[in-house]
Amino acid sequence: MMTEWPLWEVFIRSSHGLAHKHVGSLRAVDAEMALGNARDVYTRRNEGMSIWVVKAADIVASQPGDKDALFDPARSKVYRHPTFYNLPNGVKHM
Amino acid sequence: MYAQMVDTGVERLRTAQELEGDERAFQERIDAGVRIEPQDWMPETYRKTLVRQISQHAHSEIVGMLPEGNWITRAPSLQRKATLLAKVQDEGGHGLYLYAAAETLGVSRDDLIEALHSGKAKYSSIFNYPTLTWADIGAIGWLVDGAAIINQIPLCRCSYGPYGRAMVRVCKEESFHQRQGFDIMAKLAAGTQAQKRMAQDALNRWWWPAVMMFGPPDGESVHGAQSAAWKIKLHGNDDLRQKFIDQTVPQADLIGLTIPDPALSLNAETGHHEIGPIDWDEFYRVVKGDGPCNRERLATRVEAWEKGAWVREAAMAHAMKQRNAA
Repeated sequence: MMTEWPLWEVFIRSSHGLAHKHVGSLRAVDAEMALGNARDVYTRRNEGMSIWVVKAADIVASQPGDKDALFDPARSKVYRHPTFYNLPNGVKHM
Repeated sequence: MYAQMVDTGVERLRTAQELEGDERAFQERIDAGVRIEPQDWMPETYRKTLVRQISQHAHSEIVGMLPEGNWITRAPSLQRKATLLAKVQDEGGHGLYLYAAAETLGVSRDDLIEALHSGKAKYSSIFNYPTLTWADIGAIGWLVDGAAIINQIPLCRCSYGPYGRAMVRVCKEESFHQRQGFDIMAKLAAGTQAQKRMAQDALNRWWWPAVMMFGPPDGESVHGAQSAAWKIKLHGNDDLRQKFIDQTVPQADLIGLTIPDPALSLNAETGHHEIGPIDWDEFYRVVKGDGPCNRERLATRVEAWEKGAWVREAAMAHAMKQRNAA
């Protein structure tokens, strides 16, 4: 038996960070090894407080070719933004 | 450099007008400074060139652990030993980031490693030189990692997103390596006569190989021109080499060591240091597999891979068993 170890994507939340951020990937036989290796490779200089590892095969990405269909509808909808309204000068904190 | 003489698979550089369809749109994105990401369309030659370059870079990190690893058990103090260990550990991490970046191009790491072991893929010529004394560890950090930084900082802005992002991480750690190496050399040069002689001897042996790391002179190379058009190589070999020389010569002066080049002189008009002729025959000999340590380095890698096969298989079998039991 000689199959290649599966690929894992690594996400880290730094000590000052609010969210987990993708930092890279690695190969490991299982989640436990992936977590251990991610700890060694990506947090050796206090870069993180929390690690997520996800099998690369479990990630579904949007296609660059679908960019227009996916994101264009958002562009013409100014009414979704608060800046659409002009407030009188006297109003504070709104 | 860490990736020397990368074949782009093209015979002639085509102008923007000669490109059509997808390829033209691709070149226009590059020219506009847009990063290319894994799922974007790219010409096959661009993909292959990047696989060659990034994997050669990754292999260099991994093979580069050997010359320095040679001195871990013999480092002269516990502090020196701990920092050397940390550095070699970093190199392993750099190899990992780079293999991961290469894998976004649709190749598998095992295939890349197979290409290294069969001699099909190359790694940097510099790692085919032996580490004969402790001072060589200082010379490698100062010169080899110093040269690496000069090459890798521009690569942070290269057109392929995953490669550029890997380089950002790598560069942060390389500057630690260079300072560590320079500190070893400075302390030896300020030490006893014997220590100073050892430092000078290491500089004598590593200077030219480090200068050669930037690869042959550019100009006639179609591969260099194509890589420049694709923005996966942002400066010519000679420019980077000059930068390295101008940066390193004053550092040697500062710690009282002599660059082993009788022709070395400072051109007052240009402000650049001019060096004597480079022995390109030696460079090509080493690149083609006939340097002092080529056989030993490759044999060590292949042995580790083959003797580790049962451990990799055991880990995989154990993971399967756990999964089935769950």
